[in-house]
Amino acid sequence: MAGLSLNLVLLQLFAGLALGAIYVLFAIGLSLIFGMLTVVNFAHGAFYMVGAYVGVYVLMLGGNFWVCLIVVPLAVGLLGLAVERVLIRPLYGRGIDYPLLLTFGLSYVMVELVRIAFGKTGFPFDTPEVLQGAVNIGVGYFPLYRLFVIGATAAVLLALWLFLEKTSFGLIIRAGARDPQIVRVLGVDVARVWLIVFGIGTAIAGFAGLLAAPLQGVIPEMGSTILAEAFVVTVVGGMGSIGGAVLAGLLVGVVVSMTSLFAPEMGKVSIFALMAVVLIVRPQGFFGRAGLMS
Amino acid sequence: MNEMTQPYRLAEAAPVSWFQFATRHRASIASLVVLVFPLVMPFTALAVNILIYGLYALGFNLVYGYLGLLSFGHAALFGTGAYLCGIAIVHFALPWYAAIPIGILGGLLMAALIGVLAIRTRGIYFAMVTMALSQCVYYLFYQAVDWTGGENGLRGINVRVVDILGVKLDFINPLTRYYVIAAFVIAAFFVLSRILASPFGAVIEAVRENETRAKASGYDVTVTRLLTFILSGGFCGLAGALQALHLSIVPIEILHYDTSGIVVMIALLGGMGTFFGPMVGAAAFLLLENLVSVWTVHWQLIVGAIFMICVLFFPAGIWGTLISRGKR
Amino acid sequence: MTRKTAKSGSITRRRLLTTVSAGAALAASPFRINLLQAQEANIKIGFPVPLTGPYGTEAQDQVRAGQLAIAQFNDAGGLDGRKAELVVRDDKLNPGEAATRTLELVEKEKVNFVVGSLSAAVQLAINNVTKERGIIFNSISQSDAINEAADFSKYTFHEALNPHLTSGAVGRYAFSKFGKKVAFLTADYAYGHEMVRGFLEVGKAFNIENLGDIRHPLGTSDFSTLLPRIQALKPDILCISNFGRDQQIVLKQATDFGIKQTTQIIAPLLSHASRVAAGPQAFDGVIGGCSFYWGIEDKFGSTKAFNDAFKKMYDGKLPTDYGALGYGGVRTVLTAVKNAGSVDTEKVIAAMEALKYDFYKGPQYYRKCDHQSVQSVLVIKSKSKDMKNESDVFEVISTDEPNEANLRTCTELGHKA
Repeated sequence: MAGLSLNLVLLQLFAGLALGAIYVLFAIGLSLIFGMLTVVNFAHGAFYMVGAYVGVYVLMLGGNFWVCLIVVPLAVGLLGLAVERVLIRPLYGRGIDYPLLLTFGLSYVMVELVRIAFGKTGFPFDTPEVLQGAVNIGVGYFPLYRLFVIGATAAVLLALWLFLEKTSFGLIIRAGARDPQIVRVLGVDVARVWLIVFGIGTAIAGFAGLLAAPLQGVIPEMGSTILAEAFVVTVVGGMGSIGGAVLAGLLVGVVVSMTSLFAPEMGKVSIFALMAVVLIVRPQGFFGRAGLMS
Repeated sequence: MNEMTQPYRLAEAAPVSWFQFATRHRASIASLVVLVFPLVMPFTALAVNILIYGLYALGFNLVYGYLGLLSFGHAALFGTGAYLCGIAIVHFALPWYAAIPIGILGGLLMAALIGVLAIRTRGIYFAMVTMALSQCVYYLFYQAVDWTGGENGLRGINVRVVDILGVKLDFINPLTRYYVIAAFVIAAFFVLSRILASPFGAVIEAVRENETRAKASGYDVTVTRLLTFILSGGFCGLAGALQALHLSIVPIEILHYDTSGIVVMIALLGGMGTFFGPMVGAAAFLLLENLVSVWTVHWQLIVGAIFMICVLFFPAGIWGTLISRGKR
Repeated sequence: MTRKTAKSGSITRRRLLTTVSAGAALAASPFRINLLQAQEANIKIGFPVPLTGPYGTEAQDQVRAGQLAIAQFNDAGGLDGRKAELVVRDDKLNPGEAATRTLELVEKEKVNFVVGSLSAAVQLAINNVTKERGIIFNSISQSDAINEAADFSKYTFHEALNPHLTSGAVGRYAFSKFGKKVAFLTADYAYGHEMVRGFLEVGKAFNIENLGDIRHPLGTSDFSTLLPRIQALKPDILCISNFGRDQQIVLKQATDFGIKQTTQIIAPLLSHASRVAAGPQAFDGVIGGCSFYWGIEDKFGSTKAFNDAFKKMYDGKLPTDYGALGYGGVRTVLTAVKNAGSVDTEKVIAAMEALKYDFYKGPQYYRKCDHQSVQSVLVIKSKSKDMKNESDVFEVISTDEPNEANLRTCTELGHKA
């Protein structure tokens, strides 16, 4: 191994943060949806993928990347609202497995529909001109776009935090996450809350997909790999905890980044092993509620 | 003579409904269906696949349908059985009748390993742990290239002649191969039926229905769960071993969580917690996949949509719905 | 009323109806006995390819080209009037599914030969099934695992080239031109290892300095953790040994990281479909190998003939590298059948071993020990400007002529002399 300098390690760390940022965005939606609705959304990867494709479509129509940043979460969020209302709502009360199974089937359908609409091979997605190139961040050159991704993620987290802490709707969400029974007794329309939470969660997933598009291009299958990895993040962070998702997302990004420095073949195993260890030792993860839903 | 002096008599047996008859003789009926099956399938290899996936689903059903635990890692049990059987033949030149029990043993051991680690978690977490652990198994087998062939899969599981008590059967002949494999599947039916009808079978269902009460009645819930999981591993391991012999290869994809997902779909499609459900589900799923693939490359759309319809409207699956309609 | 009794031997209307309907049912039922003997039936070539999945486009191109070979054979009269037929199946890029499909092709469709496969694992799966049943399989998958003694059988043929050949060709070109300090980025699976092995063997002759081989797991979507390490090594040449989506992503990200400014990137294989999917920017300046490019029609009459026939059959479309493999794979089998004058397996094997052909890219023949098609390799560079048409995406900068010395030796592959 050539020259394992401090600079290289720090650069690797930074790369891990950028990688983790996408995991964080993806996992937040998953965590929110699980925390509020106790639904494991197996179609989350599909929403992520749809976000990237909506971006492709907007660019095809002549728009630019900045327009995408606004249109994509709105479009995907709307889709999420529709899915919750029509497909998931009928399953509440039937047992925790049914929404999981439904979203599992839904992911197949969504991926195939995208294949039919946009073809199987996928599209290249160019980094917006103004964000191309690399900057010297002190320890080495780092792509500007990845810094943007870190920044955008931080902005979304801030907006989400403000929403949850400072608005009355956010208060309902936090209360509902802690005790759905009481919230209902207090007269809040829980069904509407769940609908909106699902919409927000999927909107963030779509946004993550758009951010990821210039990094790896866009293919119909892009959602399934990140889904498995994101499950690791949500479990490690604690299902239902946003703070946990953030911490765990960055942790997983850094773990993958560091293992690829020392033993790249172990990259994938390391995160699943991490997930298994956490589940066995502390099933609720960092910040999740213990004994959640048997 | 009045009631007091008459010897106590059991009530007259009520006329046996077809449903009760079917349940009592379920293994035999399933076996009969299996025997005539290849004659109505488009091609024999598909019929064999249905048998194998049906057995895989039967094993899974033990844990999900009868015990109520959703596992997303059953591919590890199926795949370990396949690989161990294959490795026994390819690397150790063992005969088929030694390789199959090794496959079953592989399934049992892997289930014990995963079970011991996962069994204390509940609900959704159980699904997640099993998925994570089975992914670890996938990567481990992937890396052990010298034993498993890695990404290229294990090839060379070539059994040409099956020698049963001096009678030499041509395993290459499709129908002969089907019936040899069917023999094992039929044996599995009978074993499973005995297990379910035994006191242990009742405990399994008791744990699913009301865990606290089962515990209060003195049953060790954790041990019950673990034992059921291990038994399930035996059936899935057998299915895997048979798959290895049928295809003469073991692809690495067999350990991927997609294969875990497929058995979940099959079990739901067919009807969980029923005896015939998994087989019906396997037939429905594989036939659908086969037929739809002929018309369109977009078979995933159709299969996914049908699955969603089942979840929404027919949660008891095809067979489960038929039973409940039939009972009315 | 007395019943009319039929005289024995006469045919009553009822019996006639019964017989006819039974006959119709029998004819329509799936397990009717085929009274038409094999002589009159078509020559069937099974063709399992991944129509679903990420290589669907390549697979469809292979089907088109395969159909062309069939059509040409039939139009030329077939085998004394007996026509050929392509029986296409979707292997879904899954070896287990491929094995099932091959069983269907052999047991139910009763194909005479099998040609196909795109992925390495799939070709090995198909091969295992066909060789056990004595059916010739001509693999068009670009991996030489099938040539190794463990998997090989006399029924196995390999029309496609392999990573050793292509990385050898590209290595020979690049190591003489761009410098001696070479770094490797390799996908950690069998195919990736095959590619690196090819580079290293050629590199020995050029005395390259191996700065390190960095492995990445198959299916990596983010190379940001590996690229800084590579940049730190300051290589003259970076050999990227991976395929498909992995290759598209890494080239894109390497471009973003600015690696191309200081380093020449080479890859063993550049495919048409990948180039189109990834776009001109990612592939710009990258040098690699390939088996076929329509642009060599200026050099070979056979290429021109193939291109023209393809354009005629498919609305002006030009064949791609994968398409050409489909064509070659099917046409060699049919030509051998014609030469042998029969579909008998042993005779066709002998005919294929004796075949010297030039069907689409210049002279080729099958090496005896492992039935590998000895053929040329094109060294190409991606074009991003001056493109004559939408298919004009590569420029051929060098050619490795067919030479057995470029392949791994028979002994190396495990074949006894």
